[in-house]
Amino acid sequence: MEIKLLKDRILFKNAIVDDPFRNQSYPSDLLIEHGKLKLMGKDLPSEGVKVVEDLKGKHIAPGFTDLHAHLREPGHEDEETLSSGSRAALAGGFTTVCCMPNTEPPLDSQEAVRFIYRQSADLLVRILPIAALTKGRRGEELTDMVELAEAGAVAFSDDGSPLVNPAVMRFALEYSRLTGKPIINHAEDPALRAEGLMHEGIVSTQLGLPGNPALAEELMVYRDLRLTQFTRARLHIPHVSTAGAVDLIRRAKAEGLDVSAEVTPHHISLTDEYLRNFDANGKVAPPLRSETDRQALIAGLKDGTLDAIATDHAPHTIDTKETSLDLASFGMIGLETAFALATTKLVHPGHLTLLELLKLFTVNPTRILGLTKEPFAVGSQAEFTIFDPEEWWIFSRKDIYSRSQNTPFLGMELSGRVKGVFTKSHLVSI
Amino acid sequence: MSLSIRHLFGLEGVPREDIAAILNTAFSFREVLERPIKRVPTLQGKTIVNLFFENSTRTRISFELAEKRLSADTVNFSASGSSLAKGESLKDTVRNLFAMKMDCVVMRHAVPGSVKLLAQFVDAVVINAGDGTHEHPTQALLDMMSLQEKFGNLEGLNVAIIGDIRHSRVALSNIFGLRTMGANIVLCGPPTFIPFGVEALGVKVTHNLDEALSFADAINVLRIQKERQGKGLIPSLREYRAVFGITRERLEKLKKPLTIMHPGPINRGVEIDTEIADSEHSLILHQVLNGVAIRMATLFLLLGGK
Repeated sequence: MEIKLLKDRILFKNAIVDDPFRNQSYPSDLLIEHGKLKLMGKDLPSEGVKVVEDLKGKHIAPGFTDLHAHLREPGHEDEETLSSGSRAALAGGFTTVCCMPNTEPPLDSQEAVRFIYRQSADLLVRILPIAALTKGRRGEELTDMVELAEAGAVAFSDDGSPLVNPAVMRFALEYSRLTGKPIINHAEDPALRAEGLMHEGIVSTQLGLPGNPALAEELMVYRDLRLTQFTRARLHIPHVSTAGAVDLIRRAKAEGLDVSAEVTPHHISLTDEYLRNFDANGKVAPPLRSETDRQALIAGLKDGTLDAIATDHAPHTIDTKETSLDLASFGMIGLETAFALATTKLVHPGHLTLLELLKLFTVNPTRILGLTKEPFAVGSQAEFTIFDPEEWWIFSRKDIYSRSQNTPFLGMELSGRVKGVFTKSHLVSI
Repeated sequence: MSLSIRHLFGLEGVPREDIAAILNTAFSFREVLERPIKRVPTLQGKTIVNLFFENSTRTRISFELAEKRLSADTVNFSASGSSLAKGESLKDTVRNLFAMKMDCVVMRHAVPGSVKLLAQFVDAVVINAGDGTHEHPTQALLDMMSLQEKFGNLEGLNVAIIGDIRHSRVALSNIFGLRTMGANIVLCGPPTFIPFGVEALGVKVTHNLDEALSFADAINVLRIQKERQGKGLIPSLREYRAVFGITRERLEKLKKPLTIMHPGPINRGVEIDTEIADSEHSLILHQVLNGVAIRMATLFLLLGGK
């Protein structure tokens, strides 16, 4: 990864601009000055331009936004820091990343939320903290949501810890209306999940592994949707993994509920079959599901039931993964591979067009966060991702920028490669 | 004679020829066990470690005896899963052991798949002595040996496995092994004891014990672990015995005598009554003797003894 500060004029030549906000793609040059977009058009003159980058048909899209990452700081800096996480994000084409509050201490105070902004102020990636929903993430008392929102919290979640008590969930949803921010609840009934280490299905039966049924997710999604309807609040459902949950969300949207949902790259790329090698890198929460579920997730992305692809980037040290499945931590890293996996699994087989896919990384997550963006407006801050949707490459250890290496995708051939990012007047070449 | 497999992780996917070779070799070793001098020099100079992360008496003794009968050098390592959780990782433990040069490891562990993980850490033959609720291949092989001894052939034999199938490594290994050898299998137990979609493994399921018994030439009765009651999977051991217990009254309703197996240890008066377990139709003590022969055969074939 090479990072250059380019304050003066820079001209990107021969790019294909993909603008999912206006739903159009077109060839263009882009002239940038002092970090702002100055001019677009074909065959722009290069006089007076210090740096000319010929993109030779590579694509330029607005910088990607990830709604769901675990950046581990403060508290687990051995796994990830805001700085290392932001390098992983840049490698994956992300310029905005929401970080989850399951840190130590958790992000349940104004001070903790401000710490994230202070600590990430000089990073090239915009880090947006999601604050805890309940104090200490214990699922009992609500955090000071209005004050947390004033400090910059973009959403509320106890992610990793499902909010079990329906009364607390009800009040959380009701009270959150004061903030206008979405509630994000990790939907997995802990009693039904029990000791489950993988999806309960034929594969878990063959492997003798304790199963975690799809119902554990679906019952809680159903509860959360009905509570959202009852409280007229805003709900965002993270890492949807089952066909039944997709159906419930589809119906809720048809009923007009203010609900959005995300899916991870790994749930659209892998199934419970992966666990046949007992590799703990395939242990995630919610678990990798059946092929039927995977197909339903893709259908949900196609018809708009699912709004965004979010990484659930969850770094863990090698020691917590090179162990028996019961002791292994849940989660995998995802920032570096998200776009390539999505291109490989969704665009390459023809499920989505490239512009439709880009909406899942740009338009929809920014809408969910309530951010306003007009990425290709002249005079706006230049914040772009440069990529080649056709390039096939093999994901290897040198492509990992996270402090952790827990991924099942090493050695996998992927189509679509992020080549660089331009943001905050810096050109990052991957 | 040699096998196509390098390790014995389980019986899933093990070819018929390999299973037949282990069974045939085990019958030869059974003769050795009947001799006054029960020791052969076949594995002299080989070092085997018995790595037991979970309590076991009979399986460990059976393996140890098999190793000694083959003249191998053996060391034993016992640790509860919890001590691993607290400190040293499985990886560190086994790497330390194997720095001392071992040829083979026999492992019992509470977690499915841990034997495969082990094989990534060490360069030695790995034999699964039970990995949680996954597989217990040598137990299934000794069950199959006992059935072959009794019936002459496994092809077309009707076997009912009765009890807590969901939490049983013995059941899963028996299903894989017996299906490969052409036997027909019915599983019987309360619905809470039957794992999701198990019919996909080529077996039938019934919740009616009489139906299972009238189908079977032989039954394999699984131990009911008493802690299952507390988890709500069955209301009480008393009710379990009433609905699924193997009693004289049940067997008397059948037209022919039924061959009885049990992997042990037996909860007498719960899953099976004492008079049945100790009856002339019971293979239970044969199973124990065959266990030593099966483990000798497995070690011999995997370690390339001459």
